[in-house]
Amino acid sequence: MMTNDMAVADAGQQATGRRIGGVILDLQKISLSFGGVKALTDISFDVREHEIRAIIGPNGAGKSSMLNVINGVYHPQQGDIVFHGETRHEMDPHKAAKQGIARTFQNIALFKGMSVLDNIMTGRNLKMKTNLLQHALFWGAAQREEIEHRKKVEEVIDFLEIQSIRKTPVGRLPYGLQKRVELGRALAAEPSMLLLDEPMAGMNVEEKQDMSRFILDVNDQFGTTIVLIEHDMGVVMDISDRVVVLDYGKKIGDGTPEEVMANPDVIAAYLGTSH
Amino acid sequence: MFYREAGQFKASYQADQQIFPIRQDRVAVWALIVFFAAVVPVIADQYWLKAILIPVLIFSLAALGLNILTGYAGQLSLGSAAFMAVGAFGAYNFMLRIDGMPFLLALVMGGLCAAAVGVLFGLPSLRIKGFYLAVATLAAQFFIVWALVKFPWFSNYSSSGVISTQEISILGFVFDGPTSKYMLTLAVVVVLALAAKNMVRSSTGRAWMAVRDMDVAAEVIGIRPMRTKLIAFAVSSFYCGVAGALYAYTYLGTVEPEGFNLDLSFKILFMIIIGGTGSIMGSFLGAAFIVLLPILLDNFVPSLLGDLVSSSFVSNFQLIVFGGMIIFFLIVEPHGLARLWQIGKEKLRLWPFPH
Ligand SMILES: Nc1ncnc2c1ncn2[C@@H]1O[C@H](COP(=O)(O)OP(=O)(O)OP(=O)(O)O)[C@@H](O)[C@H]1O
Ligand SMILES: [Mg+2]
Repeated sequence: MMTNDMAVADAGQQATGRRIGGVILDLQKISLSFGGVKALTDISFDVREHEIRAIIGPNGAGKSSMLNVINGVYHPQQGDIVFHGETRHEMDPHKAAKQGIARTFQNIALFKGMSVLDNIMTGRNLKMKTNLLQHALFWGAAQREEIEHRKKVEEVIDFLEIQSIRKTPVGRLPYGLQKRVELGRALAAEPSMLLLDEPMAGMNVEEKQDMSRFILDVNDQFGTTIVLIEHDMGVVMDISDRVVVLDYGKKIGDGTPEEVMANPDVIAAYLGTSH
Repeated sequence: MFYREAGQFKASYQADQQIFPIRQDRVAVWALIVFFAAVVPVIADQYWLKAILIPVLIFSLAALGLNILTGYAGQLSLGSAAFMAVGAFGAYNFMLRIDGMPFLLALVMGGLCAAAVGVLFGLPSLRIKGFYLAVATLAAQFFIVWALVKFPWFSNYSSSGVISTQEISILGFVFDGPTSKYMLTLAVVVVLALAAKNMVRSSTGRAWMAVRDMDVAAEVIGIRPMRTKLIAFAVSSFYCGVAGALYAYTYLGTVEPEGFNLDLSFKILFMIIIGGTGSIMGSFLGAAFIVLLPILLDNFVPSLLGDLVSSSFVSNFQLIVFGGMIIFFLIVEPHGLARLWQIGKEKLRLWPFPH
């Protein structure tokens, strides 16, 4: 077990030349059910610092539920979550955000009535310290703070190459750009861990390439740890260091992309369902 | 041609953050404020000031309050009039019971009372949404009016709860005529409207809109939905409370709890539907529209149709027009007059070359 883990870390390091650190998130025997539906059963896996960790599996396998457990949107009935050495039964969304976890959603969850700029600015809300009365006056500290955070947001906008749409209401953007803005909102929080739920779903090849590049750049430039759900096997093989495979809420594989693809259980699960 | 942003480049984020980034808009707004502060008091007669301008300003403020809660934070409320009542009776009691209470402070205290009550009745919003929340605020509406009638202390034991407001004096200047009352109302409304605009363009406002648009996403960003909603209830009720106090002090002079009934709450709701939800300017447009429409209809329908119609037809006709407008805006243009104005401006920006 021990040696296996080491080998995995080594492989990741060799593949990308990045320094993958120790385990920062450890999920232990997580079980989650909704009424009678068992979404997750006894799942354990870990995430190492600076790595790109993919979660794959057929529809309804429990991938999104897993992300929701990690940042506290869902509370598992059983299991422990160890994050940065602190063991908890369940996470709390607000606390998770404070500890540096940001995410995007499978079904785009942008703030429809707001512009691209305002959407990304919300990503910095936690870092803003001025209060309501200062906002009402919009003077001194409040204005300085707004400008200071606007600068950060402009960096994100430049990084994602969306300068030309910053004032556009997000509802008017095509799907691919909306996904990009949602990534921007998450990045604006300067997270240490980024959870991405199917960031490339519904995109064409070119958009997928752009998105893969952004994800790799985030990982590379900022050292952000990434947990990624993705259906496109090509993308998963290309960008992830390690992969967890879920099927019907159970873990059926865990390892490097090559190991996982060679795993007979995984092959069976994928042949058993249409993709 | 003349309404253009061409050549106006923003060299700093500060310049880009201005309330009205386009120079023509800035000029227009200042011109409007100067017009209403310097020209209107001179040219408007008593009737205009008392029956149209003062109520439009006060309703704009109440609509602004509701717009913060419903338009920006997405929490439907049918209790606006009740929060106005709290502001009115609150200010009245501070003036009555504290010797030498400055009027403006009483106004703020009235607003704060309303804010406190607003937060209390906003608590259900932490659990329920939409239609059910509307029903809960309806309970606030009935309970508050009932309580103000039931406990005569609030109205200083006057018969049937009617209060007559005290004289308004600020630093020795007595506001007794319609002109001075209009100026006072205008000043309060302009200051609060600016403050509202500032709040909605800062992180407070973004948190409101985030909770309105997608509360789960807001939560994982670290916005606390409960806190955000309660702040919206507090600020909204504060605005309604101040509007209620002005309604009593600068508009009517005598008010009773039943004056702040469900009809009034609906009227304010219609103002933001017609004016535009989630728009400061929409609150003003909606209030002006709803105050002016009946006056226009009263004056024009009989003169157009002459003796053909009875006066009861005219008042029914009003209701039909209102109903039609509300359905129109709900279905066709949920962002109201403010949005139509915006579209007009966008057209003007491109004119005469629409592509
Ligand atoms: N909030 C919920 N209430 C009830 N059941 C849920 C809820 N969320 C997820 N489930 C159920 O849990 C199971 C796993 O769902 P989940 O969304 O995690 O799958 P997934 O792997 O992300 O699938 P997909 O590839 O379709 O996104 C499904 O059976 C789903 O119906
Ligand atoms: Mg999913």
